[in-house]
Amino acid sequence: MNHLYNYTLQQADNCLILGQRLGEWCGHGPVLEQDIAMTNISLDLIGQARMLYQYAAEIQGEGKSEDDLAYLRDAWDFKNVLLVEQLNGDFAKTIVRQFLFDSFNCYFYEALKSSNDENLAAIAAKSHKEALYHLKWSGDWVLRLGDGTEESHERIQSALNALWSYSGEIVIPTEADQAGLETGFGVDLNAIKTRRDSKVREVLEEATLTIPESTYSHSGGKEGKHTEYLGYILADLQFLQRAYPGNEW
Amino acid sequence: MVIDKEHIIQLLEEVTDPEIPVISIRDLGILREVKVENDAIEVVITPTYSGCPAMFEIEKNINNTLTKNDITNFKITTVLSPAWTTAWMSAEGKQKLKEYGIAPPNPTNEADIQCPNCNSRNTIMISQFGSTACKSLFKCEDCLEPFDYFKCH
Repeated sequence: MNHLYNYTLQQADNCLILGQRLGEWCGHGPVLEQDIAMTNISLDLIGQARMLYQYAAEIQGEGKSEDDLAYLRDAWDFKNVLLVEQLNGDFAKTIVRQFLFDSFNCYFYEALKSSNDENLAAIAAKSHKEALYHLKWSGDWVLRLGDGTEESHERIQSALNALWSYSGEIVIPTEADQAGLETGFGVDLNAIKTRRDSKVREVLEEATLTIPESTYSHSGGKEGKHTEYLGYILADLQFLQRAYPGNEW
Repeated sequence: MVIDKEHIIQLLEEVTDPEIPVISIRDLGILREVKVENDAIEVVITPTYSGCPAMFEIEKNINNTLTKNDITNFKITTVLSPAWTTAWMSAEGKQKLKEYGIAPPNPTNEADIQCPNCNSRNTIMISQFGSTACKSLFKCEDCLEPFDYFKCH
């Protein structure tokens, strides 16, 4: 299978699934401003997913569209990391999941701007600006909750403990990542891991949180092996196109 | 009919951002270029934010504006690179934003935002994310009015 296609899909699926998860908060945020923040970020991520799917469909060259890729693939075709499909939980858990993703996403796009594939470079340049805002938001909230009240500290610490083993998968290279690095269309995940780890450590320490000791990492998502959550997400996301194929607004 | 590029740009002046109807897509920097070659026209636009839902509407409006002026031989191209920036916003556009009640982007200091209602600089950010992706929510500590700030991007 085409490495460039898989590589593009990996990131497209991350953006779509996390965007969908954040969208579940719409109308349920703890306060209005944060409800709006989460749906704004969701919108950015879905926008990024669209650009990537459009490009992936072009690479695939079977005359398919972004919608085919988002709505008509099954769970085992999705290449998102397990982190982004995890349940929203409480606000603290959503924040930790977001922070662990944003801290990757910023450095990822920053590096991808130098891709020798001009389409990926253009998408990265556009998306990087947005990811910076996202990281600022989620990083600020990690600080605020971690260094907040006893309850907020406890909740975000337990969210961190629960999600920690899902944080590493995103920087473990797949075959597509490896090919991307060798051919020059992709980024060096090891370099990103270093930068990301230090950012994560810095923010968590400032937030007075304890960094879990375990180094175990769940994986498989990038190769289509998902937790059961993804099926439920897709059931929601894809219902309309499955029930009424080709239907449009 | 001879197609004049300036004429097309003039016509597109009436295409505005559906969320901020006082500002044209040219003032906003969304309209990147109009190319005319052998009577074939290409209108080049770029999205502000990648998920901006206004892009679809803007494309439709460009289409309508040109068609109703009997211009049919055109295509609309969306480019991503170079990525849109608020640095492309015209001075006139910034003035119009302010009159409309939205504080224009202030690249020199994003912590020093002037209230579009009473001009006070005694303002605070309430939320980094506002009613649309391109804006943050501020409040004026003097006139107490909340207002949108068009953030630098």
